[in-house]
Amino acid sequence: MAEILALDFMRAALLAALLVGIAAPVVGVFLVQRRLSLIGDGMGHVALAGVAVGVLTGAAPVLTALVAAVVAAVAIELIRSRGRTSGDIALAVMFYGGIAAGVVLIARSPASSPASLTAYLFGAITTAAPADLWVFAALALVVLAVTTLLRPWLFAVANDEEYARASGLPVTALNIALAVLTAVTVVVSMRIVGLLLISALMILPNATAQLLGRTFRASVRWAVVIGVLASVGGVVTSYFAETPSGGTIVLVAIVAFLAVAVTKSALDHAAARRHRRAEQHDHEHGEGCGHPAVMHGDHVDYLHGGHRHAPHEGHYDEHDGAQATSQAEEARR
Amino acid sequence: MSTGAPIISLRHAAFGYAESAIVRDVSLDIFPSEVVALLGPNGSGKSTLVKGLLGLSDHLGGEVRLFGTPRARFHDHARLGYVPQRHTLSSSVRASVEEIVAVGRLSHHRWWKPVRRTSEDSGIIARALDVVGLADRAHEDVSRLSGGQQRRVLIARALASQPDVLLMDEPTAGVDAANQEVLAEVLARLAARGTTMVVVTHELEALAGVLTRIVAVQAGRVAFDGPPGAFTPYAGEAAPHAAHHHDDEPSEGEGGRAPALPGSGPLDPRAGAHHG
Repeated sequence: MAEILALDFMRAALLAALLVGIAAPVVGVFLVQRRLSLIGDGMGHVALAGVAVGVLTGAAPVLTALVAAVVAAVAIELIRSRGRTSGDIALAVMFYGGIAAGVVLIARSPASSPASLTAYLFGAITTAAPADLWVFAALALVVLAVTTLLRPWLFAVANDEEYARASGLPVTALNIALAVLTAVTVVVSMRIVGLLLISALMILPNATAQLLGRTFRASVRWAVVIGVLASVGGVVTSYFAETPSGGTIVLVAIVAFLAVAVTKSALDHAAARRHRRAEQHDHEHGEGCGHPAVMHGDHVDYLHGGHRHAPHEGHYDEHDGAQATSQAEEARR
Repeated sequence: MSTGAPIISLRHAAFGYAESAIVRDVSLDIFPSEVVALLGPNGSGKSTLVKGLLGLSDHLGGEVRLFGTPRARFHDHARLGYVPQRHTLSSSVRASVEEIVAVGRLSHHRWWKPVRRTSEDSGIIARALDVVGLADRAHEDVSRLSGGQQRRVLIARALASQPDVLLMDEPTAGVDAANQEVLAEVLARLAARGTTMVVVTHELEALAGVLTRIVAVQAGRVAFDGPPGAFTPYAGEAAPHAAHHHDDEPSEGEGGRAPALPGSGPLDPRAGAHHG
């Protein structure tokens, strides 16, 4: 590990990986919430056209990619908000047009090789210039700051757009802001994860986090932990194993997802065998329902005919201590 | 009973979508502390009317005043508490009951300022959850709750904005009997506190003790407006079980239907679609 940190270049790479590992899931959670998991993929396609323009004209590919992705982001959101069925076709034309134009333009450029195309598409941190990595790190910080500021608003709009509109929230502006944040994240991540793989780092840590957290706040925290684990772990692994960083990062994220999913389903299975459901009753327990409430660890049980009924999801569970509690119920009468 | 200036005042108002009016020539005043049921068969335009007040459907004519201010110049959104028609709150990401209810506080914040939840916000959220009887569920994942409990979460979210009037779109539709009773209790509790409510509903029976007024909409016009005692259900609304509980207007968002509705037999045209 020390030998990696001794390299100036790897220090920048690890910092960029760390920031991307935080920013991608934090932005991605709203895409998952709005069921737009694959929109980042489309933006990556369009960003490739931007990269190609930069390579061909000698401008900085990062800058041209950023412009292309942001323009695409705004266009996508405007097309989507009009809600026409033809919008779907318009998106397909834009995405495939972007990647096709990128491939063709890069092939025409005298300065490029098939290897550089692969580096942009699938991420190869070892080919990135350290100066670029510092730019990526700075942009990632901006994405993080803006997302943190807007988080309650983005949550409200993604959770219930109609209610957000009725509450007077600037729904269209917030949707465009999310699209632009996604576009910047895609470009920031292109040298580390690659334009075709970045969507995975926005989505997979969130998929894993849904299995671990019970609230939005907790699941975002888990997603960041897993995102950082995948991006930093992937970069370190790719350095030692001499593999492309992008593919390695995504594979680490998938291994984390599978490990959590398998463990969770085994634990749930074990819990389901211990879990006893109370008899069905139409009555709903609550304050003033007539059944005494008693604290039981972190929750409330209701004493109902000598049983302790604990609310669990849409039903009630039987909790222990039947004799003791029936006495308590007697005493109350 | 009707005291003070009207909260909602409509004169020959028309609402609809994309230039085509679904309700027209609606004139009514709703005063503080009134609990108004908005009745009507599917497609009659009652949801469009409520959405029009909220700015979710287009205002196509006549005069609409909210708290004395014309609709176009009304920006005090927190005063209108909207409870949308949703059959489920489950989404693709986790969210706790409290996190959903906290959204109701946002209309009191400004987006360019970091949202810090004050102890005042927390107190209001806790009280809103208390009123709907979900105080003990605040930290649970909302998608794990029953349908009726999710409706109460939506009511709590609306209450969290501290509105002067609650506008509810079918709060009791598609909810089992036990939960319908709890919902009716919640509405009764709100009515006892003097909360003004406009409730789009099919279930008159469930709300019988709470309502102070009935407005029936038929074919896009107000067909009845008066106290519950004077209301005789017209044909088609007579049997509560003949009522369908689903979106009756084109609406955006996820307006999915609850499965196994009382009225959806083999002759129901929508149910028929499943059989080809």
